Amino acid sequence: MDALIEKLKGQIIEQLNLAEVKPEEINPDSPLFGEGLGLDSIDALELIVLLEKHYGIKIQDPKDGKTIFQSLRTMAEYIKSQGKS
Amino acid sequence: MNAITSYAHIKHNTVTVNGTVVFKSASSVSIHEFLLESYKFLAMNYPKFHKMDVQCKLAIIATEFALRETALLTENDLAKIAIVFSNHASSLDTDKAYQNSISDKSNYFPSPAIFVYTLPNITIGELAIRHKITGENAFFVCEKFDPALLINYCESLYLNGIDAVIAGWVEAETNNDEAFIFLSESQRNTNKNAIFKPLNQTTLTELYNLT
Repeated sequence: MDALIEKLKGQIIEQLNLAEVKPEEINPDSPLFGEGLGLDSIDALELIVLLEKHYGIKIQDPKDGKTIFQSLRTMAEYIKSQGKS
Repeated sequence: MNAITSYAHIKHNTVTVNGTVVFKSASSVSIHEFLLESYKFLAMNYPKFHKMDVQCKLAIIATEFALRETALLTENDLAKIAIVFSNHASSLDTDKAYQNSISDKSNYFPSPAIFVYTLPNITIGELAIRHKITGENAFFVCEKFDPALLINYCESLYLNGIDAVIAGWVEAETNNDEAFIFLSESQRNTNKNAIFKPLNQTTLTELYNLT
């Protein structure tokens, strides 16, 4: 799980152009939206694209996004649960 | 008297403010690197900047340089500051980038982050968000820099209750990126660095051609 979280950190920084964020600054349990990384609604769409592009996962129900993208750890757990890590 | 109180011109990796070169990168440096170097030079702390397309970055950086010389944001009601931009290519640079990202059907991942910049007036939106400006705004697409159009529109805004205007030309075009931003105010600005040039077509043409 830790390796997947580290990999996700790099992918998120690249995909979302978080140029001033270093991987070690991202707490895997901090909220991705609002506080924490402070991502916005466009970033949420980019995260959906990231899952599809890198892990072949399509989120069928947009409502699931709220749970999946709660934190880096929940995202990693979801990828694992889909057998795609 | 409505006056031009500051202006900034970005062209050929050089920033000129009120007629003086204040920042420059090597001509071999890409527009992306130049804008990042400018951002660092200004010691800006605005992570959203890195997500923007070139056109928005040009507008943000040029305006930032121009604003340093005036007290426009603090001496005017933010709801009475207008933004009026113009260019020739609309958002073509980003339109093409987006088109490229969806042209390969076997690698089809449309980017929402690129798509949101496929309208020129997003440039105004980003600037308004950056400085919490809520006044009227307009983006004109025209053949070339048109001082008469901008002056006439500014004058019209002043007649309708606007107190200050951030206006100019912002064009993201490969090897021809340019931003010319001028600040105009109806009241005398107290910043000692502010210039006071009459807001008219002749003056604006002179300032644009000066750099």
